[in-house]
Amino acid sequence: MKRRTFTRLAALALAAGVAGTPAIAQEVLKVGAVAPKTGPLAGGAAVSYWPNVKLWISDVNGRGGLKVGGKTYKLEAIEYDDQTNPGETIKAVQRLVDQDKAKIVLPPYSTGLNLAAAPIYARYGLPMITSTATTDKADALSAQFPNVFITLGGAKPVVQGVVDTMVKLRDRGDIGKKLAMVNVADAFGIELMNEAKPAFKKAGFDLVYETSYPLGTQDLSPVMKAAKAAAPDAFIAWSYPPDTFALTEQAIVEDLKVGAFFTAVATAFPAYAGRFRTGVEGVLGIGGVNADGEAFKTYAKRHEEVTGAKPDYWASAMVYSSFQVLEKSIEAVGSFDNAAIIKHIKANSFDTVIGPIKFDQHNNNPSFWTVGQWQGGVFKGVASTGRDGAVDVKKKAAWK
Amino acid sequence: MSALSSRDWGNLSLCAIALAIAACLPWTAGAYGLSIGVTIAMYTALATSWALFSGPTHYISLASAAFFGVGTYVTGIGIQYLPYWTLLPIAGVAGAVMAALVGLATLRLSGVYFVIFTLGLAEFVRQIITWSQNISGTKGIYVLTSIGEMHIYWQLLGLAALVWLLGWLIGRSRLGFALRIIGDDEAVARHSGIDTARAKILLFMVPGAVAAITGAVLAPRYVYIEPSLAFSPMLSFQVVIMALLGGTGRLWGPLVGVIPFTFLWEAISVSFPNQTTLLLGVCFLVIVYLLPKGFVGLIDLANKRMRSAEGYV
Repeated sequence: MKRRTFTRLAALALAAGVAGTPAIAQEVLKVGAVAPKTGPLAGGAAVSYWPNVKLWISDVNGRGGLKVGGKTYKLEAIEYDDQTNPGETIKAVQRLVDQDKAKIVLPPYSTGLNLAAAPIYARYGLPMITSTATTDKADALSAQFPNVFITLGGAKPVVQGVVDTMVKLRDRGDIGKKLAMVNVADAFGIELMNEAKPAFKKAGFDLVYETSYPLGTQDLSPVMKAAKAAAPDAFIAWSYPPDTFALTEQAIVEDLKVGAFFTAVATAFPAYAGRFRTGVEGVLGIGGVNADGEAFKTYAKRHEEVTGAKPDYWASAMVYSSFQVLEKSIEAVGSFDNAAIIKHIKANSFDTVIGPIKFDQHNNNPSFWTVGQWQGGVFKGVASTGRDGAVDVKKKAAWK
Repeated sequence: MSALSSRDWGNLSLCAIALAIAACLPWTAGAYGLSIGVTIAMYTALATSWALFSGPTHYISLASAAFFGVGTYVTGIGIQYLPYWTLLPIAGVAGAVMAALVGLATLRLSGVYFVIFTLGLAEFVRQIITWSQNISGTKGIYVLTSIGEMHIYWQLLGLAALVWLLGWLIGRSRLGFALRIIGDDEAVARHSGIDTARAKILLFMVPGAVAAITGAVLAPRYVYIEPSLAFSPMLSFQVVIMALLGGTGRLWGPLVGVIPFTFLWEAISVSFPNQTTLLLGVCFLVIVYLLPKGFVGLIDLANKRMRSAEGYV
């Protein structure tokens, strides 16, 4: 018996030696992840990105591991901090592939860092299903880097979603046609403002107040005072996390009376509701999820159990979904043949926590949430480009 | 300028051989090794050119990021209209002109005023670009090219070689001599009839141009350019620290700072991804306390000790 075990083990070891991998009952598979842990984007990554890496690995390992071609692998994360610096992102991805021999490399965080890393992923042939990059150039990007997939959409559909939502409120008589609109003078805010201005004009709105403020502006009370003085029916801010909080704070202080109040990035963060509590009721923001859907509910519950924090109501679920697409594709292909995995991603539809994802011919996910609204303590999707589960938009009540 | 001695020729050919060996890196190292090579070549060009100015004059310039960002934007905007190769000289000229303007305005100041101004410069240029984006309505710029990592590496290596050559020539010229006098005592320099402001401005244009060209070369690597990425203040600080770690007294000083610093930075990023900033700070303290004159000072000290031990001094 002993001898037989020994022979078996020897044979196994020999086979392993030939295959070039250590043979244990369950092999460990290194999964690389690189995103900011320091620098300007560290805060956002800490909410939307890192907890999902932890959750996904815990989920896959929890159901036994990743099944690839008859073998089951336990996943193990290698996390690197890119300090919000594209040069570091590139270096870390190369380190993951060349030094750490990571078979799976998850996409980085944010538009800029994803795009900076795209040529490296392309050179290694790695599938790169981005979940935090917004771009209207999906066609040019997929032509240059056929391994890159975009899931979070671009500026045009987001603006369309906000315009449609406002038109709906106006047609119902909840708001008039006087609009105050501000933006943070940084890439994202500028692009959305420039899309939004003509779109609202075309929809018959009057822009009674508009301004931009530099990124990092501490005191936004002059902006809110001026906006209030223009007596708008609706307030829209194409804002980043710090100013989303500051503008809301000032709106409450000034008691801005509007039927619709929209702020952009970070409105969907649990911390937003944590800060303003009941005041968030009726606030509109960028993003959204099918908050009443079973898929999201169980995801949110697991997220809180495993990571100790709530997911946000926009990018979090998308980040997790992009990991799911990768996971399902690898298991379906049954090997780590990246070309075959990319082909599989292009050809199939995937059932994820945000619903089904099917990429178009430009590797772009056409269905995503554009506008959400805080209703009863939950940020629910009210407008999307083809997602199920949108709720009816409500008029903003007075600040509490 | 005096004629070259046989020792000069020997040093020059040694440098040429070292450069040729370094140029083979894309074939000898993997992609990861190459990306480290790019980092080393990039910071060598930046730190050496920085030390050319700051070494003799003792002016600490934190403007590297400003010039670097301008360079990335020259490529980012220009690549849609002009062939790539014309963009590098344009970036160089833009950087030099900007440095001259800054120099005119500030180099008559000295000490801490100059440091603060250069630190603010990157933020100032960044805000101007952001403002013009706000007016024109264009977002981040996409630089989609077929330029690969190895081409970027070779360009940076060539640039570093040019900086050394330039530094060597300046060191042998009247300008270099004038700067050493300014560094020792500016009042004496003025009394000797040296136009100190002109000399400083001329030399300040070197790091300006080199940093701008470095930015222009690296833009295709970043693919997507936005102000917050192009004008990162960290770059300015890293250049200063690497140059000081090496020592600014010798032309090759910054290089012996850049190489160990890059590997140290890698080791920290790999082993302690959650504490990079903390450990970086500790390293800075160690450098300042234990190596105030950098590795160059250490080597000189070792040389001196050896000689006195042997009874030569």
